[in-house]
Amino acid sequence: MNILNLFKISLKALTNNKMRTFLTMLGIIIGVASVIAMLAIGQGSKKSIQAEVSEMGSNMIMIHPGAERRGGVRQDPSAMQTLKLEDYYSIRDEAFMAPYVSPNVSSGGQFIFSSNNYPGTINGVNIDYLEIRQLKLGYGEMFTDSDILTNAKVCVIGKTIVDNLFTNGEDPIGQTVRFNKVPFTVIGVLQEKGYNSMGMDQDAVVLAPYTTVMKRLAAITYLQGIYCSAISEEYTEIAIEEIRSILRQNHKLETGVEDNFTIRSQQELSSMMSSVTDVMTILLACIAGISLVVGGIGIMNIMYVSVTERTKEIGLRMSVGARPVDILSQFLIEATIISIIGGLLGVIIGVSATYLVKMIVQWPVYITSWSIMLSFGVCTIIGVFFGWYPARKAANLDPIDALRYE
Amino acid sequence: MDNNKSKPVIQLNEICRDFIVGEETVHALRNVSFSINEGEFVTIMGTSGSGKSTLLNILGCLDTPTSGEYLLDGVPAKKMSKNERAVLRNRKIGFVFQNYNLLAKTTAIENVELPLLYNSEVNGKERRERATEALTQVGLADRMLHKSNQMSGGQMQRVAIARALVNDPAVILADEATGNLDSRTSFEILTLFQKLHRAGKTIIFVTHNAEIAKYCSRNLFLKDGKLVEDTSNVNILDAETTLKSLPKEED
Repeated sequence: MNILNLFKISLKALTNNKMRTFLTMLGIIIGVASVIAMLAIGQGSKKSIQAEVSEMGSNMIMIHPGAERRGGVRQDPSAMQTLKLEDYYSIRDEAFMAPYVSPNVSSGGQFIFSSNNYPGTINGVNIDYLEIRQLKLGYGEMFTDSDILTNAKVCVIGKTIVDNLFTNGEDPIGQTVRFNKVPFTVIGVLQEKGYNSMGMDQDAVVLAPYTTVMKRLAAITYLQGIYCSAISEEYTEIAIEEIRSILRQNHKLETGVEDNFTIRSQQELSSMMSSVTDVMTILLACIAGISLVVGGIGIMNIMYVSVTERTKEIGLRMSVGARPVDILSQFLIEATIISIIGGLLGVIIGVSATYLVKMIVQWPVYITSWSIMLSFGVCTIIGVFFGWYPARKAANLDPIDALRYE
Repeated sequence: MDNNKSKPVIQLNEICRDFIVGEETVHALRNVSFSINEGEFVTIMGTSGSGKSTLLNILGCLDTPTSGEYLLDGVPAKKMSKNERAVLRNRKIGFVFQNYNLLAKTTAIENVELPLLYNSEVNGKERRERATEALTQVGLADRMLHKSNQMSGGQMQRVAIARALVNDPAVILADEATGNLDSRTSFEILTLFQKLHRAGKTIIFVTHNAEIAKYCSRNLFLKDGKLVEDTSNVNILDAETTLKSLPKEED
């Protein structure tokens, strides 16, 4: 018996019974497609929740001057002058785990535009600050490196400031706002961010080049803080250690001497982040498991029934001279063809269904290659196995019993 | 073939077949012995439960005897493995069943080709030629591409006969081959068998219809699992003549 003939026999059996072939395939198609779609929706939700959490700046690292002791009395950290511009440069150039670094100096006062005024703080930062704080520019533009070099009197303002100063609906871009008698030109407006979880207004911000704030407003040479963001949330700890060693070296602190700065991260956010991720991962595993079991049982049933109802055909084939191994091979080839074609169609339909969901109901979806491989692999294996198993049972019957099978 | 009619194709020696049903043992065949020579047209008759189907299954290597010896074309069938028996069925035996047992939704020619597909010595071209020839022999040359569900009972049985012929078997085994057909079609099929017999084929026809015995060269009669009668028929009736004498169907 050659394998070519077996392929011919299998293909004929499949094409002569298109309806049966299609229905069997449908079981696998639906199994694979539903697993892919379910996982894509699950993954999408996980991603969007992760994105929302990290938008709060879960990878943010804050460095403040340390609480130094003078004669046994702890001093107010904000009065400390231990953080210098050199520290900022070192971190910017040497800390690989913290790609975004911004100095921070601030000055409080009153913003004035025509007859309106509003109290607030002007933050002297650099361009990285937007990335670190997950702020986005609504319209206008951010100040540039050359503005920082030239101590330019430009600023970017938040929604609350716009609402309180430009009450007549003027376009804030290009307007001059006075802050403690220093005129600043508004060049950009930030996207609205709302209140944070502590109830603090995140839109009452004014950003200006840190050089401008240091030289023209606060008249200081030290930094009040440095903000960084780690590559990602899980690298925060490593980044902190990296920064610590850079700063200790800069400050020439000997081993055993206490840090004269403090580094803090958004620990609360990161633990929330990891617990959210954990829950989503468990949820996804459940979805995948249940979909696979449901799909697998469907495939199992349809393969089992369609082979069992062909017991008589098996009997006939054996009576005209098919050996048990021929019967088995034929059914194995049929099951493999059905499973692979069904699996591929399932992948196509699953992926398109996912995008349909994305388009129509606007759910966040995310298709991973492992979900495709998992569903395709499991469904194909189940399909082949449950095509082979009843065929083996039938092939081991006496031909006469198979012929008489009802 | 025709010049050596005395060569035995089938030799049975003290064949017994027992079935165990629950606690009881049913003796379906008890010490059956006979031999059939090449070119004979034999009927095996008996009432239901007489063991004739069991005998046919053993003759067709579908079933194995509990004891006794069976030689098919000189080959002892008892000691064979499943695979060897399958090959033997493929090369030496052609089956014709009462309920035709054609593959559903499959064309006549594909049904006829089936035994040859399981024979790797036959290539695709030869397979098609032999299937065409077999279908022509049973008078279905014009219906080769008809599917099994588009044919009448008589036509389906002709396809089944062509399938039994296609591997040029040593013996054709028919199990109530006319059982599902009306009398006119039965005689058509019988005519076909007689034609094959005249061409030198060995045919064993299992039936409970005593009339069919008149058209065969030899009759075996089974009763309660025993061979009780073995007669040669000298006055063989011609099925074609009988067919002509039957009233024409009214259309």
